[in-house]
Formats: sequence, C-alpha cells, structure tokens
Amino acid sequence: MKSEHVVPIRIYAAVFIGLILLTLTTTGAAFIDLGGGLNAVVALAIAIGKTLLVTLYFMHLRYSRPVTWVFAGAGIFWLMILMTLTMSDVLTRDWLAVITR
Amino acid sequence: MSNTSIVQAHQFDDAEQQHETSWIGMWIFLTTEVMFFGGMFTGYTIYRAAYAQAFASASNHLDIWLGTINTAVLICSSFTMALAVRSAQIGKRTALVRFLLLTIVLGAVFLGIKFTEYYFKFEEHLVPGSSFTYEGSLARPAEIFFSFYFAMTGMHALHMIIGIGLLTALVFQGVRGSFSASYYTPVELTGLYWHFVDIVWIFLFPLLYLVGRH
Repeated sequence: MKSEHVVPIRIYAAVFIGLILLTLTTTGAAFIDLGGGLNAVVALAIAIGKTLLVTLYFMHLRYSRPVTWVFAGAGIFWLMILMTLTMSDVLTRDWLAVITR
Repeated sequence: MSNTSIVQAHQFDDAEQQHETSWIGMWIFLTTEVMFFGGMFTGYTIYRAAYAQAFASASNHLDIWLGTINTAVLICSSFTMALAVRSAQIGKRTALVRFLLLTIVLGAVFLGIKFTEYYFKFEEHLVPGSSFTYEGSLARPAEIFFSFYFAMTGMHALHMIIGIGLLTALVFQGVRGSFSASYYTPVELTGLYWHFVDIVWIFLFPLLYLVGRH
C-alpha cells in the first residue's frame, strides 16, 4: 500500500533531535528582548517549524497521497479564515470611532 | 504465527481501500479538532491584543522550566509513538507493546507535571474565581489570562487522558496479537491523534509560557 511507508529509524531520530533543539531554542529566545514584537514572531515561527516536522515525518504526511494533503491543508485554510477575519474586525474597530460617535 | 484476520466491511473493495478510508477519516476528524482548538486560540489572540501588558505580566507567573520540560516529555512521547507505529508496520509485536507502554508512561509524566503546576496555581490564588488574588491594577485582565490558561491546558490535558485511554486499549489488543504487518490501522490512527495533541501543546507552550519573559 502506498501510504504504508516504513520510515528509517534514523529519520525519526533526526526529527526527534530537531524538535528538542527547537524547544531549547524557543525557550532561550524568550529570555532575549528582540524588540518590536519580534519575540512573538520568532516563537510562532519555531512552533510552525516544529509542526511541519511532526506532520511531515511523525504523521507520515510526506509519504501520503495528495488527498491527505487536501484535508491537512483544509484545516489550516479554515483556521486562517477564522483568525484573519476575526482579527481584522477586532483590530480595526476603533477606526470607526468617528462614524459611531 | 499470524492469527490475525483482517475484518473487512462489505462496502470496501479490499483491505487497502478500507485502510485508506480510515486514514482519511482520521485526518478529517483532526481538521475538526483544528477548528475546535482554533476557536480558543482566536479568543486568546483577541484578548492578548487587547491586554498585551497584563498577559505578559500574568505569563511570568507560569514556570517556564516546567513548561519546557513538559514540552520535551511530550516530544519524547511522540517519538516513541512513531516508533510504536513503525514496530507495528514491520510486525514486531513485542516492540509495539513496549513503545506503546513507554508512550503511556511519558503521557502520564506530562499530566503529572501539569497537575503539579495546577496545584501551585491554586496555592498562589491564581485560579480564576472568588479567591483570585493578583497584585496591581492588571488583576482583572490577568484573571482573563488565567481563564484561557486553564481552559486551553485543561482541554489539552483532557485530550491527553483520552489518548492514554486509547493507547491502553491498544496495549491489550497488542498483547492479544490483534495487530500484524498487514493490519495495524488502530495503532496508526491513534498515532495521528497523539501527534496532533502534541502539536496543540507546541503552540500552547510559547503562547502561554513565553509571552512576557524577556
């Protein structure tokens, strides 16, 4: 079966070490003031990187058929709709202060 | 050696199609889980945008080292889970059961550390409610931060407890010899669930523990 790809242990081990190193990096970076909200950007970038490692290798997404990618992508796509439309409302409400007054 | 019979439901052409369907079904379920947690993450984002200073201040009351250790514990458990699935794929039953047990132990360690943290928060009167005590003018928004903290980590812990339940069932099935190299779908799907719960924590950790450290 195409989806039943047996991944070599050294790849899992490399992913595991990568995840641990990224965890230490994100904790370490939290103590440094990067300024201008950059801390949050770095922390989220590392979290996204870790997510890619987990989904691509541990969850076998890399070795899966395109239809799996469609559903994984759908989750991200709808999450982005939820986040961006909600925040574009919340963060711009005071722009309308003049009108509502 | 193999007393495993693949139970094939009549609507499927063959075992492969049945397996593909289960695989896709699990990914669809995980998509709904993304939306479920996504609602809480969006709520968090709204309130953090509104009360950035209070969230940073309240975040410093969490133990960054316990958070880091717990992240590492959860990553270890994902690693052992991946190895459990691999053992099932190549038909190594003893190794499968051992890695499943190891994953359960690591999951339990995570929950143990998590509940120890909850205990400290009770002691420090940082649990939202009538006994919530917080110095300074940021008390009310800090209480909102801790509401998100308990709701999100609590829901994550509930998912962990369910995951440990599923893994325990797999151990019993594994010991009984229900899985082989030709049939291990429940192991694989529980693995997907477990890794997903890991990913939720990968985002909870920086958002809750690291916001106000610098």
